[in-house]
Amino acid sequence: MMRLLYTLGLALVLATPAAAIDIQAITSPDGRNAWLVEEHSIPFVSIEVIFTGGAAVDPEGRDGAVSLMTSLLSEGAGDLDALGYASALESLAGSVNFDAGRDQISLSIRALSENRDDVIDLAILALTEAHFDADSLERTRAQTIASLERSSRGPNTIAGRAFSELGFAGHAYARPSEGTPETVTALSRDDILDAHRAAFSSDLVAVSAAGDITAAELGVIVDRILGDLPTSNAQLPDYRSFAADPGVTVIEHPSPQSVIQFGHGGIHWDDDDFMAAYIMNTVFGGGGFGSRLMEEIREERGLTYGIYTSLSSSRFGDSYAGRFSTANETAAEAIDLVREQYDWLASGGIAQEDLERVQTYLTGSYPLRFDGNESIASILAWMQFQSFPLDYVNVRNDLIRAVTLEDIQRVARRLAQPEALHFVVVGQPIGLD
Amino acid sequence: MMPHPLRLFAAALFLVSASLTAALASAPQQFTLDNGMQVVVIEDHRAPVVVHMVWYRVGAADDPAGHSGIAHYLEHLMFKATETMAEGEFSETVEANGGRDNAFTSWDYTAYHQRVAADRLDLMMQMEADRMINLRLDQSDWRPERDVILRERGQTLESNPDRVFGEQLRAALFQNHPYGRPIIGWRHEMEMLTGDIATDFYRVHYAPNNATLVVAGDVNADEVLELAREYYGPIPAVHDIPDRIRPTEPPQLAERRLIMRDERVGQDYVNRQYLAPTRRTGDQREAAAFSMLAALLGGSSQTSVLERRLTYDEGVSLATWAGYSGTAIDNGVFSLGIMPAPGVSLQDAEDALDRVLAEFIETGVDSDQLDRVRMQIRAESIYQEDNTESRAQTIGADLTVGLTLADSEAWIDVLQSVTADEIIEAARALDRRASVTGWLMGEDA
Repeated sequence: MMRLLYTLGLALVLATPAAAIDIQAITSPDGRNAWLVEEHSIPFVSIEVIFTGGAAVDPEGRDGAVSLMTSLLSEGAGDLDALGYASALESLAGSVNFDAGRDQISLSIRALSENRDDVIDLAILALTEAHFDADSLERTRAQTIASLERSSRGPNTIAGRAFSELGFAGHAYARPSEGTPETVTALSRDDILDAHRAAFSSDLVAVSAAGDITAAELGVIVDRILGDLPTSNAQLPDYRSFAADPGVTVIEHPSPQSVIQFGHGGIHWDDDDFMAAYIMNTVFGGGGFGSRLMEEIREERGLTYGIYTSLSSSRFGDSYAGRFSTANETAAEAIDLVREQYDWLASGGIAQEDLERVQTYLTGSYPLRFDGNESIASILAWMQFQSFPLDYVNVRNDLIRAVTLEDIQRVARRLAQPEALHFVVVGQPIGLD
Repeated sequence: MMPHPLRLFAAALFLVSASLTAALASAPQQFTLDNGMQVVVIEDHRAPVVVHMVWYRVGAADDPAGHSGIAHYLEHLMFKATETMAEGEFSETVEANGGRDNAFTSWDYTAYHQRVAADRLDLMMQMEADRMINLRLDQSDWRPERDVILRERGQTLESNPDRVFGEQLRAALFQNHPYGRPIIGWRHEMEMLTGDIATDFYRVHYAPNNATLVVAGDVNADEVLELAREYYGPIPAVHDIPDRIRPTEPPQLAERRLIMRDERVGQDYVNRQYLAPTRRTGDQREAAAFSMLAALLGGSSQTSVLERRLTYDEGVSLATWAGYSGTAIDNGVFSLGIMPAPGVSLQDAEDALDRVLAEFIETGVDSDQLDRVRMQIRAESIYQEDNTESRAQTIGADLTVGLTLADSEAWIDVLQSVTADEIIEAARALDRRASVTGWLMGEDA
């Protein structure tokens, strides 16, 4: 009886239209673009600005320069020292967060309507008038090195780094975004200033807002934030697909479990088959509970707490990779099982009902992502960063429904390559020599 | 602000939940079903989404001696088969309907939640009600799942020296109360858990009169109540649910000190935990004072007292932290810590921490700083209106530890009204005899 009910529920979901989200494309007085969702019921706004480049513009041997520079933005700017700046923001109860990533720096601003302009002033101050003074540089450098020392001993970090070095040799993606203790130690103040110049520009940028703000108000703010920035001088990396020789790399690490990262090349986000690949991966290893890998490796055999794969399709490169952790004694067995699952995937294992289940899931869960000003602002900025059209939000579910099983099998044959897999194992695995 | 690289770690590690979050928006409504199940509804019509949560008043502190980890293990097993649903069908159905589901276990509660399109609420209730009474644990389900929780312990805890250290500290802080046991369980006891032990625990604790339903989102309170009566209403109350009277702490007379060495440690640090009061129904001022104390000492990575003095002025630390968790039935925990700058010993760092704490008690609260913290609390109550799921979570946790909805809703105001004197009084009440201080060190230190 319950089965019947669920089937009924499924039909209902398929009939539900995508959430109609009213996104406005606005143009500022000075001709800059931004996307906006107005929502006036709660008196605050979230603004998201994404600057293209991020750690990818670090010159060779200066790994971590952009990341360290970003940490220093809040350590004193204009006529405020670090404590003065933090106190000013606290008094306004606003937040100004800079976050350096591999391909971008995102600036997230949250401000109450009652003092929004004051918070924007502080954001602009950090963006354009940071001091980068010697005291702050040395203190933040020491904190960064401590943090790197900590993470560099974690098996996940070790596995991820080794995997990237293998597959992206010679490319920016082979180098750690936050640098290493050695590179961070060697950074000079000039390196920080160069990083600032390369990372922030008024042209390679995406802006969005959600909340208690009008189009006219946002236009003025966009011009204020970007008006004093130069155009980009950054050397952006060429695009590269992950490519490593197949095999297993073991890195000894004192741990009762082995962390295993595995994968091969992926797919560009502009590829016509990207949506089919996305659905394929959700069935295979991306969907959490119920994915093929979770079912086979966790539910059936209890070999791991979790196993996931993802299409890592980024601005300057791609891979198709996954990770899990298992007891050292079962590492060899688990690797064999994962290979078998790639065989299953490549040889047309996905069935029509898997496709439909995931289509229903993806279309039904999409509206759940738009669950607050901050998430909406962030999604809108990322869509622009990835050059998606304005109406994507409202057609995205149709694109998912249009994917057929033939599309899935075509992309699975192309993307899943059991013989190309490289496994990086960090731990003390038994039987992997 | 850009968080310190180390701040994130400190927050994750010590649950720096100064709990400055609550909400004032559309007032939650509360009902009780005839079988004793509590129901709370928070209406928020901005998006066609609903959060459905069931909170059981049972957690790891209720694990029988020798069976540590059973509450958490049962949480995993609740996703197995029932009389009418196959193993894994619960999550599959939630996913098939575009939703997400998960569950979590704490010392005082176990909660199950789904987030889904609002018109799927009845299906969520139907399935959640089903597994409240109809769970059926076959060996083919509970055996592999026991391996899963052992892997979980290996992956999330044993692979991380910070977590192992935290487990050791807590075990030393509590001399008699089961709060000293890890939620996930001690490995040697987890290995002995079985489906029968889980089933016994389930029969004793899982019942409508031991649960709170929280529904938040694009729903109408009357309709939620009607659905709750339809699905949860028919489940009979269990009349011999044990009182939650756990072994309590004796007077603590001697401070404890631990040194843990682990070659995987990248940076040595000191962490101290004190026994502290909890939020009590109708009487949250004392807990609010500890919450504000944590905010003043460690709430900001630049301007808080410890950070300003030790990291910025004196340069003896890379990071400092303070935290308080008082949403608990029996004991709260107040924590302080410092990660020394290169060249500073752990002893010197700990001494510096104690010196700054003593000076804080001596000189009193900086009124500008107090004003800023109060402003942030007021703003947080506005920002939180944007996050319905987090509101539901706060209310669910509060009710499950014995606070009332009125307590939960009053918390922000109580925090705002705490005086500088009350904060200093809380700082004075921190008693080293009721504390544990741990040094986590790399092997070569």
